[in-house]
Amino acid sequence: MLSLENISLELEVEERIVSILNDVNLNFEAGKMYALTGPNGSGKSSVARVAMGIYKQTGGRVLYNGEDITELGISERARKGIGYAFQHPARFKGMPVKDMLELAFKHSDGYNCKVLRDIGLCPDDYLERTLDNSLSGGEIKRIEIATLLALNPKVRIFDEPEAGIDLWSFEQLIDVIGNSHRKDTTTVVISHQEKILNMVDEIVLIEKGTVSMRGSRDEIWPQIKESAECSCRKNCRLEEDIYADCPR
Amino acid sequence: MLTALDKKLLQEIADLHGEPPGAFNIRKDGEGIERRSLEGIEIIPKKDQPGIDVIVAPGKEGTVHIPVILTETDLSDLVYNKIEIGEEANITLVAGCGIHNPGKGNAQHDGVHEIIVRKGARLVYTEKHFGEGEGGGKRVLNPKTVLVVEEGAYAELELIQIRGVDETARVTEAEVMAGGRLVMYERLLTDKEQTAESDVLVKLMAEESTARIVSRSVAQGSSSQKFYPRLLAFGPGRGHVECDSIIMDQATVRSVPEIWAENSEAELVHEAAIGKIAGEQLIKLMSLGLTEEEAEEAIISGFLK
Ligand SMILES: Nc1ncnc2c1ncn2[C@@H]1O[C@H](COP(=O)(O)OP(=O)(O)OP(=O)(O)O)[C@@H](O)[C@H]1O
Ligand SMILES: [Mg+2]
Repeated sequence: MLSLENISLELEVEERIVSILNDVNLNFEAGKMYALTGPNGSGKSSVARVAMGIYKQTGGRVLYNGEDITELGISERARKGIGYAFQHPARFKGMPVKDMLELAFKHSDGYNCKVLRDIGLCPDDYLERTLDNSLSGGEIKRIEIATLLALNPKVRIFDEPEAGIDLWSFEQLIDVIGNSHRKDTTTVVISHQEKILNMVDEIVLIEKGTVSMRGSRDEIWPQIKESAECSCRKNCRLEEDIYADCPR
Repeated sequence: MLTALDKKLLQEIADLHGEPPGAFNIRKDGEGIERRSLEGIEIIPKKDQPGIDVIVAPGKEGTVHIPVILTETDLSDLVYNKIEIGEEANITLVAGCGIHNPGKGNAQHDGVHEIIVRKGARLVYTEKHFGEGEGGGKRVLNPKTVLVVEEGAYAELELIQIRGVDETARVTEAEVMAGGRLVMYERLLTDKEQTAESDVLVKLMAEESTARIVSRSVAQGSSSQKFYPRLLAFGPGRGHVECDSIIMDQATVRSVPEIWAENSEAELVHEAAIGKIAGEQLIKLMSLGLTEEEAEEAIISGFLK
């Protein structure tokens, strides 16, 4: 459905060219769920941004159902069916939540209420709220997810949807993402959460700007878990006194 | 009789479809053309100068419309209105001016409003400006509002000018007495060669006087805007000024807020910002399928809401 071929990305940072992604090859099929995981700064959000057309790759191609969309901008890709829920959602002075949801879903109010309820926000309390700094981090994050659910694109990329969401709602969030997944949609979830990694068909590990491992949950999960645990144990041992009650 | 054009202007500035409900006065091309007083809300034309007195009796609740429309070119209309809201009354007052200038000359309306909100009363005042016309003549509006918010009273001013007014210089002066509260929202959009200037002076006179001034503007084309919101506390009052402008194209925006305290218990804050539309906002809306232009429009209309 969506493929990234030999994608490289360089960005200019303070007059220096920095390599962010390097020879990334990924193929996301219809009907499947994927998780992108990997250390902070490894390039997961950058992969999503290249797919959405926000970052223009330095090399490589992006294909959507076989069509070369490398040269298409954000709006055109959105209209073809690619959607992205941002890791750090933008805030808008003055714009009500209702208007944002209506831009995503141009039909009845009823549906807007449904997507808000799905992610655990009471529509009566939130439809008229403005998307500015008066919303908490968790609230704005939920609304971002609701917006992508309202848009309901063929390819859905959720960037760390669990970030800032309380534990209780986390289960509900997983259910909503899982239940809204269809045979003809592709769901990509960027996440560090075990529960999310457990629910997908395939896990992609991104490290240092490239795909370092990919495969089924059963193949990949034990290895990620091991490497995560190792580094934690090491840290705990280094400062044994402070981290005496390290949960791992 | 109101013509179709009159009705359109009235709808733009006062959201009116035909004759207003409640008490009203409609002024067209320099003359009062229709008027209705109600028990407790009297509208009386001034004898010695153009304009009206609106006198609301104590405790009265209701809505008053006093729109002004201009439909001729080469017309300069000057009007003095006095509005008195009696103690404990609760009134929504819709003013505003709509100009359709058909010719090459200027069409200008300068309104002076003197408003007194008596003890414990509540006033929500909306003033919307609108201009149009194909002749190339200028639409000019220079409103001056002088407001007194008495002890324990509440006044909310909503001043809106979106498109079509070529020149405007607005002066707003307010005195807020002990326990009085003033909230002022200003929304402004200028385009092309338009100019807009807004001068606000709010005086917090005594203890528990509070004021909040929120000004949002968008400057497009080669237009220019100047804001001088000033907040002065003589007593232990609290005030907040917030000026936020989106600047586009070749426009110019100057924002000069001033806070001035004469009492060590006063708390005054000002925030002012000018900047272009944030890239991340555009990107978000484009990722929903909007074009860049549609995204800009949605952001601006939300910002000016
Ligand atoms: N616009 C940018 N300007 C400068 N550097 C950038 C930019 N975008 C990304 N980077 C850099 O690229 C690298 C990858 O960033 P990216 O946001 O893709 O990481 P990530 O894997 O999503 O990390 P996290 O888990 O923290 O969200 C980081 O080193 C980051 O600092
Ligand atoms: Mg990221």
